[in-house]
Amino acid sequence: MPKDGIGASVKRREDLRFLTGTGRYTDDINLRGQAHVHFLRADVAHATLNAVDTSAAAEMPGVLRIFTAKDFEGVGGLPCGWQVTDKHGQPMQEPKHPILAEGKIRHVGEIVAAVVAETLEQARDAAEAIELDTEDLPAVIDMKQAVAEGAPKVHDELTSNLCYDWGFVEENKAAVEEAFANAAHVTTLELVNNRLVANPMEPRVAIGDYALHDDSSTLYTTSQNPHVIRLLMGAFVLGIPEHKLRVVAPDVGGGFGTKIFHYAEEAFCTFAAKQLRRPVKWTSTRSEAFISDAHGRDHVTKIQLALDADNNFTALRTDTYANMGAYLSTFAPSVPTWLHGTLMAGNYRTPLIYVNVKAVFTNTVPVDAYRGAGRPEATFQLERVVDKAARELGVDPAELRRQNFIRKDQFPYATPVAVEYDTGDYEATLDKAMQMAGYAGFETRRAASAAKGKLRGIGLSHYIEACGIAPSNLVGQLGARAGLYESATVRVNATGGLVVMTGSHSHGQGHETSFPQVVADMIGISPDQVEIVHGDTANTPMGMGTYGSRSIAVGGSAMVRATEKIIAKAKKIAAHLMEASEADIELKDGAFSVAGTDKSVAWGDVTLAAYVPHNYPLDDIEPGLEETAFYDPANFTYPSGCYICEVEVDPDTGRVEVQSFAAADDFGNVINPMIVEGQVQGGVGQGIGQALLENCVYDADGQLLSASYMDYAMPRASDLPMIDVDHSCQTPCTHNPLGVKGCGEAGAIGSPPALVNAVIDALQRDGKSVSHIDMPLSPARVWAAMNA
Amino acid sequence: MYNFDFVKPSTVEEAVAALADDEAQPLSGGQTLIPTMKQRLNAPETLVSLLGIEALKGVTVGGDRVTIGAATTHATVAREVAEAYPALAALAGNIGDPAVRNRGTIGGSLANNDPAACYPAAALASGATVVTNRREIPADEYFEGMFATALEEGEIITRVTFPIPEAAAYVKFEQPASRFALAGVFVAKFAGGVRVAITGASEEGVFRWSEAEEALSGNFSAGAVSALSLDADGMMADLHGSAEYRAHLAKVLTGRAVTAAG
Ligand SMILES: Cc1cc2nc3c(=O)[nH]c(=O)nc-3n(C[C@H](O)[C@H](O)[C@H](O)COP(=O)(O)OP(=O)(O)OC[C@H]3O[C@@H](n4cnc5c(N)ncnc54)[C@H](O)[C@@H]3O)c2cc1C
Repeated sequence: MPKDGIGASVKRREDLRFLTGTGRYTDDINLRGQAHVHFLRADVAHATLNAVDTSAAAEMPGVLRIFTAKDFEGVGGLPCGWQVTDKHGQPMQEPKHPILAEGKIRHVGEIVAAVVAETLEQARDAAEAIELDTEDLPAVIDMKQAVAEGAPKVHDELTSNLCYDWGFVEENKAAVEEAFANAAHVTTLELVNNRLVANPMEPRVAIGDYALHDDSSTLYTTSQNPHVIRLLMGAFVLGIPEHKLRVVAPDVGGGFGTKIFHYAEEAFCTFAAKQLRRPVKWTSTRSEAFISDAHGRDHVTKIQLALDADNNFTALRTDTYANMGAYLSTFAPSVPTWLHGTLMAGNYRTPLIYVNVKAVFTNTVPVDAYRGAGRPEATFQLERVVDKAARELGVDPAELRRQNFIRKDQFPYATPVAVEYDTGDYEATLDKAMQMAGYAGFETRRAASAAKGKLRGIGLSHYIEACGIAPSNLVGQLGARAGLYESATVRVNATGGLVVMTGSHSHGQGHETSFPQVVADMIGISPDQVEIVHGDTANTPMGMGTYGSRSIAVGGSAMVRATEKIIAKAKKIAAHLMEASEADIELKDGAFSVAGTDKSVAWGDVTLAAYVPHNYPLDDIEPGLEETAFYDPANFTYPSGCYICEVEVDPDTGRVEVQSFAAADDFGNVINPMIVEGQVQGGVGQGIGQALLENCVYDADGQLLSASYMDYAMPRASDLPMIDVDHSCQTPCTHNPLGVKGCGEAGAIGSPPALVNAVIDALQRDGKSVSHIDMPLSPARVWAAMNA
Repeated sequence: MYNFDFVKPSTVEEAVAALADDEAQPLSGGQTLIPTMKQRLNAPETLVSLLGIEALKGVTVGGDRVTIGAATTHATVAREVAEAYPALAALAGNIGDPAVRNRGTIGGSLANNDPAACYPAAALASGATVVTNRREIPADEYFEGMFATALEEGEIITRVTFPIPEAAAYVKFEQPASRFALAGVFVAKFAGGVRVAITGASEEGVFRWSEAEEALSGNFSAGAVSALSLDADGMMADLHGSAEYRAHLAKVLTGRAVTAAG
């Protein structure tokens, strides 16, 4: 076991400041002369917005300026970063996404006017004096009704509420139909993937600042990807060139996807600060977060699995309605398509697959990526339908899966849904998880539960995900309007310490600990000699940020490449110092030596020579020791694993209690096992939250019923079992230098179907059965299903 | 929050005088009132804090009854009533979280009469007496439906007296998000008979289930209620449970409360 290099469970250095209250979050920043903005948000879902009368409000104490859509004429809308092409080859319908509502209100929470005042309370007081002239329109909430003939339109300028109708792979459709016609058995399942609110602990915050002396703007914001915000906001919304715009995302208290996107409040604060020549600050309240942070999931799906007489999967087809909300959030179109359809093969050899997705506009908050993004939706439906098939056929769900797995000798494996898995060993994680869960001893535990009057069930799920997004040329072909490389600059100081400036962003993942482990390991020094700088476009190279479990796989690879360049140059210097041939120089434990001799020079001597180049090969190389690398991955990475969940159901109340949870993941090589374990546990916690508790619900008028913690149930520690995590099954990624796959989303992807399968198993007793219950499996829903 | 004046009198008389103003409102632990003010849903001009009035605080145990000052926190009740009336102490100890229990008070809870709150079930099942600055109100006459009570303008609760039953238990089934009662049942067995109060379930707020009381007065066992059922008509229905579910749950919990009371 290494002490502090790759593979060591080094304690998280950032926790010192997080746990002692000395973190520096965006809301901790207060600029001199700062004004406050309060956003007047729509309280109806759909209405014409005929006029906004701010005259009385503008006279109120402390008010500096009230902004409405009129002030944003000439300013761009919020851009969408991904264009999906529909099954007829047509681009998706892409409505304008204004900063402030223009002419129409399209969801509860949309910004109608913004009051900037000396104090927040003054801004709120004035907002109450704004008069709106509106006329209510019928709200479009249910997706199937939204695309029905004659439905009211969310966007009058579009032909309908259908954003796109996507077919994948369209050419396979006929063959899939034929396979279904010839199937010995077909299992059908209709399900809902419930809408969620991400609820990071830190709500969003934005502070705009403008410097007259050099005409530059700065935005402090709670973002997972400051460079992406700088590019989108600068180039597409406000027209500020990047050299005049700095975006800072300091400590960020959790993102889970919802802090990827470029939001209206960010553009507003940057814009208003320049107009007013004063910093403008906004801090979201929790209530605002519910109606303005992009939501997640919200799919309605029908999936069918075809099997032959020997229980081999022969084909799969799935039809999904995916909610986009009222506008297209930054990456919304990609989530139900390229992050979802491409994963429908799962761990199986299913030869024929057809995925249809209809993305629909509704009068609800925009929906976009949330931890897992598309992959949980794919895994949930697949692992539920496989489980249902096993029950219908009377075979063990574990064995039906095993029989249909892609075998370990079949990699690299090209699926019928356009991706090629590089490595994997699905039987290994299945066996491991079964052993961890004590699968064989389940009947004894079931009997013990029964003796207490409880129904016990066991459920498993096998996930695959595509992480480490992504090869830029590939995603470009698929409609991405961005590259998805990552960057790192490694700066070695004269006395041997290193600073790594990365485009990745850490908002809970522990990069400040795990990244130095890699660099230090490569050189053979202590990680304490390596510092990570991230989150500020002014001092980091252009990077794409953190999401899609990409930081170590893509950001880490960039860092490795830059460090390799450093080592190569340092070897040249060492060779010169020792008057040896460069080819003979070896680096080990922080010292350079000449092979076959006892000559050696320390790391620090070489770095000093680089900056004090008195005895230095100046003809050959430049002084200094600083290198940058951009890494564009050759493929996605494909973490996979098996999760087994055991539950007890109280038959009298329908209450589900999770008894145990075993997670056997294959993340390839692991840098810091403790951090990986924490990521899986957090992800499983969120997955159990989705499966058991969380639900974002609108009524037919578009009012959010679950708009606070009084009605939106977040998981608490007491709702979770001890989560048993293992990552000893390792099939390293073949195409990145660290052999890593990414672990950030796995827990949230793999756990919901394991839990639901366990509850269905529990209810499958005494000749009674329940074939499906939609998440969350609240006591009321479970009881209703049992008594249907 | 809107601006307001704040006064903190030290006697009930001063408090009552301060509350004579129409726009004044008593403030106890603030766990209900302050959040609604922060959301600008409530805008009293004057808040009259009751927390400076020593006479409203504390627990007195005397013979067959427990008397609790209106401004006594849930945490204090959980601690100080544990011996005399364990079911009541357990109820108080399971309200909200530590922050809520160390601020929230019994007077605030009973004055607010949230249809999903816990204390109303204890007061009604125990046959408690709500004592105000003006009069004594038996629990049976105090609760008048969701968020409605017999309290009049300017009237404040000063203390609550609970007769101690021979056996009692409160079983709460938590609403998954708020962790208030999705349904909660308080069963109290007295020499003169059994009282059963149900919270969280009905559109009318806390209520007594007289059929169950009758059955249990004859036979104090869970089996005595198993054949009964509650009408789903008039039960609350929301995201967390249908009217039928709540009616069913209330019955299941009644049986469990009887078993727990022993
Ligand atoms: C997170 C959270 C969880 C909670 N969970 C639960 C739970 O599980 N079960 C439960 O029962 N409750 C729960 N509560 C409510 C909690 O018990 C409150 O403390 C209680 O309802 C109100 O008491 P208070 O002292 O805070 O009253 P305040 O908020 O100060 O006042 C409430 C109302 O009563 C009036 N009032 C206060 N005192 C008097 C008085 N002496 N005479 C007349 N009127 C008065 C006030 O004017 C106001 O209208 C929860 C609250 C929170 C915030």
